[in-house]
Amino acid sequence: MMNIPNSGNPGSMPAEALPGKIERRKSRNASIFEASLVQSAIGQSFRMLNPVVMAKNPVMFITEIGAVLTTIITVYDASTGRPGLVYNLAVLLVLWLTVLFSNFAESLAEARGKAQADTLKRTRQNTVANRLRDGKVTQVNSDELQEGDLVVVSVGELIPGDGEVFEGVAMVDESAITGESAPVVREAGGDRSGVVGGTRVISDRIVVKITVSAGNSFLDRMIALVEGAVRQKTPNELALTVTLAGLTLAFLMVTGTLWPIGRYFGIAIPVPTLVALLVCLIPTTIGALLSAIGLAGMDRALSANVLAKSGKAVELAGDIDTLLLDKTGTITMGNRQATSFTAVNGVDSRHLARVAMEASFGDQTPEGRSIVILGESILGGEAPSETAEAEVIAFSAQTRLSGLDMPDGRQLRKGAGDAVRKYVAEQGGAIPAELQAVVDAVARKGMTPLVVAENNRALGVVELSDVLKPGITDRFRRLRSMGLRVVMVTGDNPLTAAEIARQSGVDDYIAEAKPEDKLQYIRKEQQKGRLVAMMGDGTNDAPALAQADIGVAMNSGTQAAKEAGNMVDLDSDPTKLIEIIEIGKQLLMTRGALTTFSIANDVAKYFAIIPAMFLLAIPGLRVLNIMGLATPESAILSALIFNAIIIPMLIPIAIRGVKYRPLGAEALLRNNLLVYGVGGVLVPFVGIKLIDMLLSITGLF
Amino acid sequence: MSILMLLLLLAMPVLLSWPLGRYMTEIMNPSSGSGDGRIENLLKKTGGRMLDREQEWKGYLVSMLIFNAVMFGAVVLMLSLQQLLPLNPDGKGPLEASLIFNTAVSFVTNTNLQHYAGEVSMSYFSQLFALTWMQFVSAATGIACLAALSRALAGNTLVGNFYRDLLRSVLFILMPLSVVVALLLAVGGVPMTFEGAALARTLEGATQTIARGPVAAMIAIKQLGTNGGGFFGPNSTHPFENPSFLTNYLECISIPLIAMASVWMFGRITGRMRHAAVIFSVMLLLLILKSGIAIYLESTPAMAFKGLPIEAFSNLEGKELRFGPGTAAVWAAVTTATSNGSVNCMHDSLNPLTGLVPLAGMWLNVIFGGVGVGFINMFIFIIVGVFICGMMVGRTPEYCARKVETHEMKLALLALLVHPLLILVGTAVFASTPWGAGTVLNKGAHGFTEILYEFSSAAANNGSGFEGLGDNTVPWNVATGLVMLLGRYIPIILPLAIAGSMAAKKPVPETTGTLRIDTPLFAVVILGSVLLIGALLFMPVAVLGPVADYLSTSIQ
Repeated sequence: MMNIPNSGNPGSMPAEALPGKIERRKSRNASIFEASLVQSAIGQSFRMLNPVVMAKNPVMFITEIGAVLTTIITVYDASTGRPGLVYNLAVLLVLWLTVLFSNFAESLAEARGKAQADTLKRTRQNTVANRLRDGKVTQVNSDELQEGDLVVVSVGELIPGDGEVFEGVAMVDESAITGESAPVVREAGGDRSGVVGGTRVISDRIVVKITVSAGNSFLDRMIALVEGAVRQKTPNELALTVTLAGLTLAFLMVTGTLWPIGRYFGIAIPVPTLVALLVCLIPTTIGALLSAIGLAGMDRALSANVLAKSGKAVELAGDIDTLLLDKTGTITMGNRQATSFTAVNGVDSRHLARVAMEASFGDQTPEGRSIVILGESILGGEAPSETAEAEVIAFSAQTRLSGLDMPDGRQLRKGAGDAVRKYVAEQGGAIPAELQAVVDAVARKGMTPLVVAENNRALGVVELSDVLKPGITDRFRRLRSMGLRVVMVTGDNPLTAAEIARQSGVDDYIAEAKPEDKLQYIRKEQQKGRLVAMMGDGTNDAPALAQADIGVAMNSGTQAAKEAGNMVDLDSDPTKLIEIIEIGKQLLMTRGALTTFSIANDVAKYFAIIPAMFLLAIPGLRVLNIMGLATPESAILSALIFNAIIIPMLIPIAIRGVKYRPLGAEALLRNNLLVYGVGGVLVPFVGIKLIDMLLSITGLF
Repeated sequence: MSILMLLLLLAMPVLLSWPLGRYMTEIMNPSSGSGDGRIENLLKKTGGRMLDREQEWKGYLVSMLIFNAVMFGAVVLMLSLQQLLPLNPDGKGPLEASLIFNTAVSFVTNTNLQHYAGEVSMSYFSQLFALTWMQFVSAATGIACLAALSRALAGNTLVGNFYRDLLRSVLFILMPLSVVVALLLAVGGVPMTFEGAALARTLEGATQTIARGPVAAMIAIKQLGTNGGGFFGPNSTHPFENPSFLTNYLECISIPLIAMASVWMFGRITGRMRHAAVIFSVMLLLLILKSGIAIYLESTPAMAFKGLPIEAFSNLEGKELRFGPGTAAVWAAVTTATSNGSVNCMHDSLNPLTGLVPLAGMWLNVIFGGVGVGFINMFIFIIVGVFICGMMVGRTPEYCARKVETHEMKLALLALLVHPLLILVGTAVFASTPWGAGTVLNKGAHGFTEILYEFSSAAANNGSGFEGLGDNTVPWNVATGLVMLLGRYIPIILPLAIAGSMAAKKPVPETTGTLRIDTPLFAVVILGSVLLIGALLFMPVAVLGPVADYLSTSIQ
């Protein structure tokens, strides 16, 4: 693991060079009610009045039925010349507004997703593909490409579809997808072979094997999700819908029985008034905003440049108990620097420096380069220079060694202590007794020991020191207070790993980790009932990504990894997991908070409507009019209007999510109960009173 | 004085509930090494394989329903044939069919809504073997079902054996306690005899028939098993059921005792004592509130006395002077908090707003509630509260280390709906038709309250009567009978189904990110869900009944 360069995370670039990302950021930060989005959402709100669409949302469906019923009665009353036309019309208007506001909230969230998807879609324009078949290249349209097709992409051309580099190496500009304009290297074989349709090759020529048929790529699936085309209720959303439907039924019972009970008292309660009471009592606020909250969750994930394969995955992220994080690039800066050479067994330390340098010539990682630089500073003029004939032995996750085979037959290797020991033993050499002590001493300092070997002789140790990312310990403390276990995965030896683990404050670590260790660890955690999230990029990460409850594949990674995970991080940023978990938690918290608010609102509405309803039969009830509302009609209308306008007023919270702070469950619950529970009881008293005052000014009620 | 009374009346059962809860756990869930092998062996010998088989929640419920159906049949048979059966010194005749149905349902469901007067209609045989017997097994059914629920929530898919649990709770919990209380009551002056009614010559020379019988035995289990069905029509206002201040004290602490201990039993079986303590304190807080409000409201006389010389006194209408209005108010609160339903004063004569206190207790039906079933009712509010508040901590809601998902919520909402459905629809139908409107003795809001009270009492399996209602009619007998049945079994079946489904799930580890169910904050959550979801549904009828009654009388 440790020698994989951090290819997906280049330095900062001028802002104007990042069109895709900037546009998407803009759509996130734009004021919630941006004119163009609002316009399309309003149109959509009316189209959604179709009862077939409404029936998916039981709370709003009941509201719509109430509105229809009121409309019929209003027309009937008007035609028979009964009094109360103004009141009936007002109730009717507010009821329809309630339904429309609900549709508007959903349409707006959808429109925002669409705006994001559109920028993504632009990368998916049809391009001409050079299909390679039986050695001949033919030009076809990119949407005709099938899985398994080979296409040739040359400098300046767009890659026509998702796939893997089959042949060659090229620099690819992925800014259209990731927003990062520094080009990345994509090459056949290994863990950097994945390419995404719509990105541009800016050097060389590669042959790409298409792995996903047209219309079926990640992008396509993602766009469909964000646009709400495949809207499947997530498990928690479904449970909440059932709960809201149950509460709606309960209040339907409460209002439904009031009519016969009214007859006992000799009152015929007007149906519009009963409908008004019903709509006020059923949880319309959360019912109206529920789908918007879910869509906005997907939208927030996309704003963080994460493509989730389903809404369920985003929701599940909030439940994660264990987080597997790669040390390099996540916990530490990742650019480890060589700081000293320690020779063992009487080897001349200058010889060690020379061999270490030579072994690193083929290694373009920061560590490799830092060894060369350290060697040069020690050896000065005696430093060796690169020889073109030498064969580079690249790092592989299995041997965990890299080095050089010199033309003179010398085999130079460097790697972790146990890897080199195995290598030396295979070559028939002996391990100096002193070596282990030096390795351990270095490791105990939290630094990484690299052992250098020449043929079958271990020469000594290069000390690599790593730096913790600033603020990472703080971040882990917050994660722990949220109840998460953080596990560090590293190729380092156990001693180094233990020291870094101690310094950074993770709960556990996997040292000298091989890909299958991750898989085993995940299984072990899952057996304890824990949900595990991890991030990975390589083909050999795929089983672990598939096993993990949340597997985030880096966009730079292989197709296999991307298929195995349930999210893809376009930035290939290893710290993104933490952000994803926060998005998941925020999603659930928003649902809970608005449900609480919705139910708590009922107290004030009762105080407005019940006295108004029965005032004629039982004049004493006026003492219950604690808000001092002007007339029975204005009391009922005020409650109903409050109930309607609270929906658009809460759209920003639904879309942005409730304020999230990484706290323990107890503190989160206390804060949310205070704001949305207690607030939910008090706010409507003020709101209804204000609306009543405004209504009295009109003089109509 | 009243405050002191309240403390004495509530402190004693709270204190006693702790050791009793421990004892009940030992009986229901004998720990392997506790030397209870003897009892287990005895049970095995008597019951054989039927008592030996561990059941899943479904099997457990089926056994429970079969047993209850058989008991129902037996009671119907005994009541129908009482004129032919022995122990009938006063020659009580046959009963009307719908009354038999109502009475049998009433006692099988632990309700004891009595549309008859015991001393007029029931033979000693019926009182003892049909009614008192049912008071034991219906209470034991509640204890058994709570034990099963607790075991499921502790993570067991096998929740025990219904018949074994039933035997354990009758033989080792209800029997010993009842013997102690019955003896104390007999010492306190409650009759216990098989002789027929006594004939007495009054001072004026007239002859008076004084009903008596095996009263003490029935009164003990009536109070302990949250049954409430008395030997005599006037229930615990009758001097032979409740002769003195002391017997009143003894009975009043017997009413909530086992219901309180049930909460601790739940805590011990699930291994979540702190959680049980949180729930216990929510229940206790509500009970103190209810009692306090009742005492305060009863300390002023009825509106009719306004301006008269006796205005300075408390509301003495419908009260027994040997108890006084304070103890009567507490009793009214306690008997409706638990689903006991025995009365020591006339609820119809409570001040109008005081009438709201017993009603609220029956509407919530979770303030300790009936033995065993009170906590089962609370479980539904816990699930709903956990679901909504669990989301607010940013995780899929969890309770007792199991996730609460769509299936559980579906069942929980159904369970939540049953209670208001039975009360509101029943009240609406009877208030708007001569079935109910024609039987009330008072017009307007007070009459409405009488109807509302009857349905609330039946649905909550409480059994107390507001009275002022001619309720021994066919429509009332049939309607309340059905309401009692539905109000008893659905709220047992659905919660057990939820617990069973949760037990089958993989446990989730509890971390600092998990919603904690053992903190004061969780008490707030539960209080909030009970009041916002439970109480809000009844607000309109509360306003139209007792509140309107109060407002219209106070204005005149």
